[in-house]
Amino acid sequence: MNFAVLQFPASNCDQDALHAIRLLGHPARYVWHKENSLGDADVVIVPGGFSYGDYLRCGAIARFSPVMQAVKQFADNGGLVIGICNGFQVLTEAGLLPGALIRNRDLQFHCEHIFLKTATTDSPFTNKIPPGKLLRVPIAHGEGCYFADEETLARLKVNNQILWQYCDANGNLTDTANPNGALLNIAGICNERRNVAGLMPHPERASEEILGSADGRLIFESIFAALEKKTAAKAA
Amino acid sequence: MKAKIIITPKKAVVDPQGKTVQNALEQMGYKGIKAVHVGKYLEIELDGADKETARQALDEACHRFLSNPVIEDYKLEIE
Repeated sequence: MNFAVLQFPASNCDQDALHAIRLLGHPARYVWHKENSLGDADVVIVPGGFSYGDYLRCGAIARFSPVMQAVKQFADNGGLVIGICNGFQVLTEAGLLPGALIRNRDLQFHCEHIFLKTATTDSPFTNKIPPGKLLRVPIAHGEGCYFADEETLARLKVNNQILWQYCDANGNLTDTANPNGALLNIAGICNERRNVAGLMPHPERASEEILGSADGRLIFESIFAALEKKTAAKAA
Repeated sequence: MKAKIIITPKKAVVDPQGKTVQNALEQMGYKGIKAVHVGKYLEIELDGADKETARQALDEACHRFLSNPVIEDYKLEIE
């Protein structure tokens, strides 16, 4: 299963994402933003960083990079796409995910470990997360506050599209546990079709014990499992 | 021709920058400030003289790219 990690000018979490996937035993390569094809990629990771300096709005310019046409086609064909941090911002700007990410409510850049509650294991990104297990993952962002209008939020709830929410050490969705003011404590969501996901926290920075937490692995392992199921289904 | 575009956060969106600026103004002694909203201002210099064509093109650019319709409103003026 091949992972493609996009690179935009000023992406800076591409190396960590590549490293995490390879560490977990799967092939990964970079795809420069000017390329028109994703090759034989099975999964696309849109990594974190400050693409185009966050000019105009975070991800606003990256979404028009040539490679994003290929990503849109790939997603339309059911391919798996996961956007992390700036990647999540790029995906919302590109319309591949609903809503938007705005400035943290306290105007501060938050660089800290948080707890995530997995709202549903019914997705290619959460199927291997044991029910009730909280994920300890770092965030590092100034514009991570998830916003969507009432209608969209209602739809996200009805369709089970909220994947991860900020919680305290006991799994409670409190305001104190919310680092940026995100509505409904939303840290990550998926699209209606459940093949595109985005999250503000960095699972690629929590995939080895030496970094303080290996909980992020569970998200990647969910993707591996989903792909294996896909391949098995095709072979059958 | 010059296009002047003002982009502001939608009313429904929390505007912590606006609030912070308001607090600062009040602390500095300015009274009677009901609200502050911080937005963006763009100036685009254009060739040609056909305002209508320019307006149509820029309207599209504003909607597609220069503003994010999920969280922002825009006002476009051409002179």
